[in-house]
Formats: sequence, C-alpha cells, structure tokens
Amino acid sequence: MEAILTAVIPVVIIGVICAAVLVIASKVMAVKEDERFPAVRDCLPGANCGACGFAGCDGYAKALCENPETPTNLCIPGADSVSKQLSEVLGVEFADVVEQVAVVHCSGDCEHTQDKVDYQGIESCSAAKLMYGGKGSCTFGCLGLGDCAAVCPKDAICIENGVARINPRDCIGCGLCAKTCPNHLISLVADVERVVVACSSRDKGAVTRKVCSGGCIGCKKCEKVCPLGAVKVENNLAVIDYDKCHDCPDFAICARSCTTGCILVADLKGYHKAK
Amino acid sequence: MTKLIIILLSAVFINNYVLSRFLGICPFLGVSKKLDSATGMSLAVIFVMLMASAATYPIQVYLLAPNGLGYLQTIVFILVIAALVQLVEIVLKRYIPSLHKSLGVYLPLITTNCAVLGVTILNIDEGYTFLEAMVNSLGSGLGFFLAMVMFSGVRSAIEAADVPKSFRGLPITLVAAAITSLSFLGFGGVIENLFA
Repeated sequence: MEAILTAVIPVVIIGVICAAVLVIASKVMAVKEDERFPAVRDCLPGANCGACGFAGCDGYAKALCENPETPTNLCIPGADSVSKQLSEVLGVEFADVVEQVAVVHCSGDCEHTQDKVDYQGIESCSAAKLMYGGKGSCTFGCLGLGDCAAVCPKDAICIENGVARINPRDCIGCGLCAKTCPNHLISLVADVERVVVACSSRDKGAVTRKVCSGGCIGCKKCEKVCPLGAVKVENNLAVIDYDKCHDCPDFAICARSCTTGCILVADLKGYHKAK
Repeated sequence: MTKLIIILLSAVFINNYVLSRFLGICPFLGVSKKLDSATGMSLAVIFVMLMASAATYPIQVYLLAPNGLGYLQTIVFILVIAALVQLVEIVLKRYIPSLHKSLGVYLPLITTNCAVLGVTILNIDEGYTFLEAMVNSLGSGLGFFLAMVMFSGVRSAIEAADVPKSFRGLPITLVAAAITSLSFLGFGGVIENLFA
C-alpha cells in the first residue's frame, strides 16, 4: 500500500501544480478576441480561395472586424447571400456582389488542333509549357493537362477533348484556375456576360489558321457587325469590352457572324457555338 | 569544450534522432511533404526539446532521484512536457502572435512526441551535466531539422518522378526514408576521430 502511495502522491502533486499553472496562465494571458469574429467567420464559406484579396477566409473576417470600411461584398464565391449575412452581423448596409464565372479563352480541342510532339513528361501544364510551349501546335492554347482542374475547389473544370471546360453552374468565381493556368487562358467575367472570345492566339491570322481551325484569325468581321462597338481586334485577336456590351439590340450577332466560330454564346450548360 | 562539441555533432549526425534512433518517425513522414511545413515543425521541435530538457532535468535530479522515484521518470516527464507545451502555447499566443501563428499548429503535435521524451530521458541515462544536457537537446533538435529538411527535398523529387503505380504514396516514401537513414551510417566514427 505504502509503495503505491509513494508513487501516486508525487505524480498527483506534480499534476495538480501543472494544472494550476495552466489555469492561471490561461486566465492571466487570455487573448481578447473580437466577439464578432466567430460570427463573421461563420458567414464566410471557408473555401480559403483568396478571391477577396485577403489571406483566406480568416484574413477577410479579421479585416472586416478590425476595419469597418472593409467592403462586405468581396466574397465572390459566397455571392449575395454571404454579403447579406455579413451586413446583418456587422450592421452595415447591404452591398450587391457581382457574381463572376471563369471562362476559358481557347477552343483548340482535338478536332481543331494537332499535337506537334508526343509528350510523356510530368502530367502538369506548367511542366509541359516548359517543353517548347507544350505539346499542341498552338503555343497560346490550352495545354490540356488539367492544372486548372486540380486547383478547382468545386470540381467545376474538366478536360474535355483536350481543352479545359468550365461548368458555369458549379463555378464559384474564385479565380484560382485563372491564377494557375500557365498560358493565362482563363479569366473571370461577370455572370451576366453572354458572349466570350474562345481564343487567345496573338499570332497573325494565317499562322493561327494553320495550327488551329477554331482560332481567331483577326478578320475584324465581329468588329464590323457589333452595333455597340464593343468588339475590337487587337494584336490579331478579338477582345470584347464588357462595359459596352450590355443590352445588345442584336444579341450575339458577333458570335453568329464569326468566320471560325471562336466567339461563343453562354447558356445554362456552358459556352457553346452560335452556329 | 571539446566534449560539448562532440556531444553536439554526434547528436546531429551519428545519433540522429530520426535516422539512427528512429524516434519521431510520425512527424518525419507526416509533415515532410512541403519544405515550409517541415521547417516550421522542426523549429518547434528544437524549441520544445530545449524547454523540455531544461524543465525535466531539475525534476529528475532534485525530486525523483533523491527520493528513489526514478521509476516514475517516464510518466512524470510526459506530464511535465505536456503541461509545458500548453503553457508555451498560451504564452506565445499572448506575447508573440506571429511566432504562435507559424509554430501554432505544430506545437500540440509535439506535446507527446517520442523524440522529445527520448531526448529528456537519454539526457538522464547518459549522465550528462545540465549544460551537456542542453547541448545534447539542441543537437538533437538540429538533427531533427536536418533530417526533415533533407527528406522534404527527397520527397519533392519523388513527387516529380515517375514512380511505379504499386509504389506510389507511402511505400516509396518509406523506401526513400530507409535509404536516407542508411546514408547517415556513413557518419559513424567520424566525430570521435575528428578530435582524437
């Protein structure tokens, strides 16, 4: 009995001392957290995508608590509902969020382009890009190895027929894919936009035509037919100015008149050709 | 002085905690995927090893050994180290938030890490003085750091390599760990002869 006590008592005493020190320390050195922080943090979706411009959802929540001038409509994946919740929690006016979706500016799928080499290296676009600009004949186009699909938090991207395809219903507009793509083919557009140029080639028309039958050859037909002057051909590539493109009287005339069919129209299933 | 240098170098290279004594394998395999997390984890381990040795050495010498309670060593050390790490976490959170942020997630992981416990017990078993014990802890921590950083480099090379399908993931990692550990055998006998 005595042997047990001589073992148990010192351990208990040490344990109690440790516990007492910990309790005192946690009381004395308690860190004051903003009481709104957990509530604000709960409103955010927790995807930590960084679309708001802060370091993850925690960073944005902290900024919201500390600086009352931080806008509540920066969370693009969360859209209006998150902005509404945030404005309720923080007691500020509701600000509308412009939902965004990512679009791929390339239509160089297997039917339109050819492989110039048989690539057997690391299955990653950024690695393939280092090898003479990728395996495809067009150096501007989609490398088709799915770096964007790998980072997408919502699995909204798949590689279809050699080109990344984004499902706009699943896309939350976080922009991770746009940052990842080594050819910068993906951009975010406001969810109301309905026409998109699916090509990024700045080669001359003849060169583009040679490597990809679906690319923009810079023929300026879209520029001529656009009633609002929203389409411009710059560096052999059609660019749509979305500030001017709203309320088109002749919807998607650019897409319908495009010679190569590289201007796409959007509907619920994604972007597709007008013809 | 020579003895201290021998203790330090042999703790880093010859008796490397991960690669020769096989203690602390869990974080070695778990956190070595990326270089920055490996560095963070190792820095936390160095820190905790030093603190734990400083705390447990007097307990052994002044409390357990004189009262014939040496057999309670393991359990008392676990208790003290766990409480100490918690205390350190609270203090860091209050006074050095930036350090807490970078070490924060790793500190609780280390609470009951066998490498930390191993250092404190081996300090006693080897019959070191307090200064020697601290040097040994520092060396062990640095050895852990070396192993982690080296192995995270090895692992990033494995990521890029074309590994046979059945070896992917943990198997190839264990094979690589074994080869890395074998390479440390080469240090055996070097340090003693350096000062002979």
